[in-house]
Amino acid sequence: MTVADNTAAANVAEAAEVTIPAASRAERFASYDVEAFEVPGGREENWRFTPMKRLRGLHDGSAPATGEAELELETAPEVRVETVGRDDQRLGQAGVPSDRISAQAYSSFEKATLVTVPAETKASARTLVRLHGPGEGKTAYGHVQLRAEQFGEATVVLDHVGSGTYADNIEFVLGDGAQLTVVSVQDWADDAVHVSEQHLKLGKDSRLKHIVVTLGGDLVRVSPTATFAGPGGDVEMLGLHFADSGQHQEHRLFVDHAVPHCKSNVLYKGALQGDGAHSVWIGDVLIRAAAEATETFELNRNLVLTEGARADSVPNLEIETGEISGAGHASATGRFDDEQLFYLQARGLPEEEARRLVVRGFFHEILMKIEVPEVRERLEAAIEAELEAIGV
Amino acid sequence: MATLEIKDLHADVVTDEGNKPILNGVNLTIRSGETHAIMGPNGSGKSTLSYAIAGHPKYEVTSGEVLLDGENVLEMSVDERARAGLFLAMQYPVEVPGVSMSNFLRSAATAVRGEAPKLRHWVKEVKDEMGQLEISPEFAERSVNEGFSGGEKKRHEILQMALLKPKFAILDETDSGLDVDALRTVSSAVNEYKSNNEVGVMLITHYSRLLKHIEPDFVHVFAGGKVVQSGGKELADELEADGYVKFTTEAAV
Repeated sequence: MTVADNTAAANVAEAAEVTIPAASRAERFASYDVEAFEVPGGREENWRFTPMKRLRGLHDGSAPATGEAELELETAPEVRVETVGRDDQRLGQAGVPSDRISAQAYSSFEKATLVTVPAETKASARTLVRLHGPGEGKTAYGHVQLRAEQFGEATVVLDHVGSGTYADNIEFVLGDGAQLTVVSVQDWADDAVHVSEQHLKLGKDSRLKHIVVTLGGDLVRVSPTATFAGPGGDVEMLGLHFADSGQHQEHRLFVDHAVPHCKSNVLYKGALQGDGAHSVWIGDVLIRAAAEATETFELNRNLVLTEGARADSVPNLEIETGEISGAGHASATGRFDDEQLFYLQARGLPEEEARRLVVRGFFHEILMKIEVPEVRERLEAAIEAELEAIGV
Repeated sequence: MATLEIKDLHADVVTDEGNKPILNGVNLTIRSGETHAIMGPNGSGKSTLSYAIAGHPKYEVTSGEVLLDGENVLEMSVDERARAGLFLAMQYPVEVPGVSMSNFLRSAATAVRGEAPKLRHWVKEVKDEMGQLEISPEFAERSVNEGFSGGEKKRHEILQMALLKPKFAILDETDSGLDVDALRTVSSAVNEYKSNNEVGVMLITHYSRLLKHIEPDFVHVFAGGKVVQSGGKELADELEADGYVKFTTEAAV
């Protein structure tokens, strides 16, 4: 047997599990009202990967708000920020909560933050919304909406830091022809639990680049759902996550193509290291009968750096029309490749440096797509720090 | 003048089903300036010899010695061996996605030379070597070996050799996957390196065609995990005429 044969085998050793969902994703229940949902037990399709005990009661109504998340804002001069009450008519436009925690958050928040990019305006600087968790031992619920009015353009960074238990809905409402780049960074302290449903609503001919970066926290579950309000919408969903020992990171994506001539492109990459590190990636794409000329592709790659870490990856593609431009998905989980390590070491690079090169290379593809320099630099530094942590 | 001595080397391949002995007492000494061809049938253990010397984790040396100027190579890590002056041009170079060739070459040169090469000189050095090997400049920005053809991979192995300037280079079936023109280009780059550097070369090959381009001083027939006959380059002609049958049957006995 040659060494090359082994490499190929190792790379596909953990090919992803592909399951056919019990019911079409179109059937999934959604409601703004928490009481309309049954309390999940953990066996439901939607919850089967989530360690329910670590949700601290967010899912069963036993976690009333005991604190508040604090916002820190750095806005572009053209961008408007408002704090609004529950009755504001604009809230909820981007989508309806599709799981009980999301509905709990929707039923529980007291004030929402609305960030608006005015019509036909290009923001001259990036806008930062930094959210500090309620603090260790405390629970809070939140709601943020980013609105890009017709032909508005902006880049917004949503930065989640600090401690505590936090559930929220984040809405992205794009008017016709709007162009928005958003980065949601989950860089929580070790104790934090964060469950977030993110609703992406794209107007006619609008473009949204939605980037999710999950680094910290005990349990982070982010569920982005993209829908199209008119034809010509284009959503790019990128994700980068790095799970350490004991961390649970779950990303559940749903792209609902119900309108013709729209595009979606999903690329998520995760690295895992340490005992009990667990990442879950679900990629549901539904192309409904009306969504002719849809173009969609989704890709998930995971790199398992050490023993004891586990990555689950489940792509689901449902197609109800043959009149599409293209649809595909791919998913793979590989172990750290000994052959790559040997090759680089055989060229004189010490083991640590060789490992770093390989991991940097793994994330390179996605980092190059993040055009916000401060975010990219922070990610590069975070990846280095993660590598430092296991002494490579 | 440097010397690489392989003394009674025994090595196993490590598999899930347990260890399997491959090398059964290899003896070979190579001095700088010499070129030794190791020829043998498939499965004779030629590649195992190269991996065992380089320190591949799938091969375990069970007894014997490899000495580089008297230093015990087997006690060194893979990267220490490379920095000590050993180079293995691999039969199956590995792809490293997302790492550009230029970044890789510079990192490797920095590690082997002990300091980062001066940028201006480095750029010219790389450009000259790539030109010699007829490698298009665009390859510098491509990921290491990713999507390269067999021939392109082999050219890049020799490029690495030329830039890392080893004392001993082991070329493991560098000729396989090369067409006639590519073989000529790669061979002349090896010859150029040999004539400008005090290097000992171990050419591992199945076919004698490589030896028409890179002239060996010694030819060793490898069978059953060891050297079964040594001679001058006329031995290669004999092998070409008669094949390996004589040696494989002897080794089996």
